[in-house]
Amino acid sequence: MPSKDTDTGTGKGGSIVVETMTRLMVPFIQLFALYVIIHGAGGPGGGFQGGVIFASSFVLYVIAFGIVKAGNRFSERANIVLFSTGVYLYAGVGLLCILFSYGAAQFLNYGYIPLTHHFEENRALGMDLVEVGIGITVMAVITSIFFNLVWKREEVGEREGED
Amino acid sequence: MIFELDLALLFLIVIIAIVAITTRDLLSAIMLLCAYSFLMAVVWVEMHSVDVAFTEAAVGAGATTAFLIAALSRTKRWEKK
Repeated sequence: MPSKDTDTGTGKGGSIVVETMTRLMVPFIQLFALYVIIHGAGGPGGGFQGGVIFASSFVLYVIAFGIVKAGNRFSERANIVLFSTGVYLYAGVGLLCILFSYGAAQFLNYGYIPLTHHFEENRALGMDLVEVGIGITVMAVITSIFFNLVWKREEVGEREGED
Repeated sequence: MIFELDLALLFLIVIIAIVAITTRDLLSAIMLLCAYSFLMAVVWVEMHSVDVAFTEAAVGAGATTAFLIAALSRTKRWEKK
């Protein structure tokens, strides 16, 4: 296995063009991902696609700057917190629907959450909340899978030595 | 749906799939699978199924290619005969 010539590690020897373009592109990719998540209720897109696009911005960051720098910036612990937050948001909205429907057990029937006075507006807002939860979970899980695939054993030791 | 466009796209997809499973260079196989996903996304748009095309372009052409290249960086590039 060519551990010396593949530059997935520290990101040394990266070109200035790639790094600058990555710095410019990453915020716009993330903004587009947020647009896809929010727009997903009324058109193409949704939580899953937006989450994948958000995760692909981290993939681009890893390609340009290396896994050690990206791992310091977006740690495994933050990843675990984020993907459980998304699941809790999803399930929590569903349980709120059960609570506010007063025993009618309308799981994920968003209209019953009293965010506004209109049933349809409640439904749209609840859908957005659930999409945000899905997006957070998908983003964290795909980033975690990619980081774990790229990470090599010696770099883990190096990173623990830095901490 | 445009019949000729569908025919050309599906023909290209079949050729790409056959080349991707017969080639010995795994990196070019991954890139061919990326092209396969992208053409598949175009076919989904052609069938007026934009949501599926969106997912195919984001997951198939984006995330899966990155995963496969990351997995390939752990092994050899050339398949044994």
